[in-house]
Amino acid sequence: MKNPENRPAGPAAAEDPAAFSAQAALSDALDASGAIVRRPGGRWLLPALALSLLAAMVLSLLIGRYHVPAGRIAAILLDSVGLGSSGVELDEAIVVRTLRLPRVLTAVLSGMGLALAGAAMQGVFRNPLVGPEILGVSSGASFGGALALSLGFSGGAALIPFAFLFGCGALALAFLLSRLARQSSTLGLVLAGVVVGGLFGALTGAITFLADPETKLPGLVYWLLGSFAEAGRDGVAFLAATAAVAGVPLLGLAWRLNVLSLGDSDAAALGLNVTALRWVAVTLAALFVAAQVAVSGGVAWVGLVIPHLGRMLVGPDHVRLLPTSALLGGLYLLLMDTLARTVAVHEIPIGLLTSLIGAPVFAFFFVKLRGRGWSHD
Amino acid sequence: MTEAATEAKLSASPLAGAEPFAGDAPRPALAAQGLGFRYRPGAWILRGLDLSFRRGGVHAVLGLNGCGKTTLLRLLLGVLKPQEGRVEKNGPLAFVPQLFQAVFSFTALDMVLMGRARHIGLFSSPSRRDEKLALEALARFGLAHLAPRPFAELSGGQRQLVILARALASEAQTLVLDEPASALDLANQALLVRRLKSLSRDDGLTIIFTTHMPQQALAVAEDVLMMTPGGCWSGPVNEVMTEENLARAYGAEVRLVEFERGGKKSRALVSLFVED
Repeated sequence: MKNPENRPAGPAAAEDPAAFSAQAALSDALDASGAIVRRPGGRWLLPALALSLLAAMVLSLLIGRYHVPAGRIAAILLDSVGLGSSGVELDEAIVVRTLRLPRVLTAVLSGMGLALAGAAMQGVFRNPLVGPEILGVSSGASFGGALALSLGFSGGAALIPFAFLFGCGALALAFLLSRLARQSSTLGLVLAGVVVGGLFGALTGAITFLADPETKLPGLVYWLLGSFAEAGRDGVAFLAATAAVAGVPLLGLAWRLNVLSLGDSDAAALGLNVTALRWVAVTLAALFVAAQVAVSGGVAWVGLVIPHLGRMLVGPDHVRLLPTSALLGGLYLLLMDTLARTVAVHEIPIGLLTSLIGAPVFAFFFVKLRGRGWSHD
Repeated sequence: MTEAATEAKLSASPLAGAEPFAGDAPRPALAAQGLGFRYRPGAWILRGLDLSFRRGGVHAVLGLNGCGKTTLLRLLLGVLKPQEGRVEKNGPLAFVPQLFQAVFSFTALDMVLMGRARHIGLFSSPSRRDEKLALEALARFGLAHLAPRPFAELSGGQRQLVILARALASEAQTLVLDEPASALDLANQALLVRRLKSLSRDDGLTIIFTTHMPQQALAVAEDVLMMTPGGCWSGPVNEVMTEENLARAYGAEVRLVEFERGGKKSRALVSLFVED
């Protein structure tokens, strides 16, 4: 080699081409299956989570004050899809079909959407403290829902589109504001979102303040706290449609989010259209938030915390993080809602439970896994 | 040029031995005409800048702090849009930023894979071929064993080489580096300089790097672009980097020391930290 002079020992010395065999190091980095480097969590984590979610859904269908045996639940479900109708009792069918099944599906789809949106937003904004609410979308949707309720609308069909449109309106307003201020940067967008969120928060406060305490206020407050008790087919259909329209492209963009999370100038130098990609990703994520708030009111905490749990399990690669977070979010919210409707005589507000149980659970994992997935410097 | 430029005592006359940009090189790797950029009205960071980097070879961009080196790179990369003039690229550029920190704890392999972004579809993820190319790029710098390690836990020198591997994995023919050695110790500076030389010589890449350490330019560059408040001058390293030119460009006294090494004449630069 042509480095006869003595160089100091250290990292540079170890990298001397003479001492290094490319082939040996290459094969060291490969795992038994061939070309792919081992990923945290392994290949079985996602299927295991999906199976756990399915199992949890079945269990949740079984649990409730009105006892329905497992065999008959299976019969009712088969009957619903047109397969066999032996031994289906009308009362049980109503409980399962119109109460438990929509509720289970609403909780799962809401949790999946919120966690997916949160993971995507944390990547886009390169900030661990960002929740999917950051752009004022949930404030806007909450205001829309509160407005609809105070105007006398009730029931999903009218309330959901109203709240959803206001959520989207809040996002449009945040974009417009950042555009007017010529701040297409991450920080500019976040600031605009904070402004818009504050505005809609205040407007919601005004509606609550002005609402008739006898007739309107209780329903309003209950809805704002978030609940899956009113879950129906409308809501499930709405959430499923959002998942299809926003979820599929968002999962598709997952790897691009890795690059985007490096920062604007680096991502641009790597060939990304940073501004366009950020807006698309944020809009897709915001659709989930607007849909969830429209269907079941404000459920905080899930979108902020579940992605961290996901990152601790599979690392920061969004290709694995997004589906993992979605499954964890669905599982988590289903668990919380099942507790909310069964542990006490009265139903516990879901927003209260998610925080009350979520905080210690997260603290446990945080300590146990030492905040894996984030840089430490 | 900069506001500081008007106050600078440096002469605006051409530096001896250097030619003003002529613009006649056949299809340069990267060129710009009449480039002007400002963040706010009236405060031009750069203005009327013509430059051309020929294909192949190592090009150093020298200049004082705040003279617009980094701004120039951001313009060349297309991260900033110039208010005046235009940039001509001959194919995509790969960029190695000055200081690199990722918010998320990606592995070294993940970081290198991101260099493949131009080759990976909008809704796709890296293929096995991309992973193989990324591993090979790491192996090229002797870092394949670090592939599964978190990028944030690597040493400064290793990080810089990982980002260099990322540039290599992008298959761009032109590499742009912003002060690539500024955060490295002497051993790693030497290593990096050798790697740059090898990328140019063995892979035929065009290397463009900024530095505020003229001795690095002397050691590795063939051509030099010197950004002074009085104008930009470019030319072969031996002609542009004379004691007189450097003293005028930096406003500081320097000596060039010639010595023999392995039967070859080499030059090194010494700055004299003398009192006025």
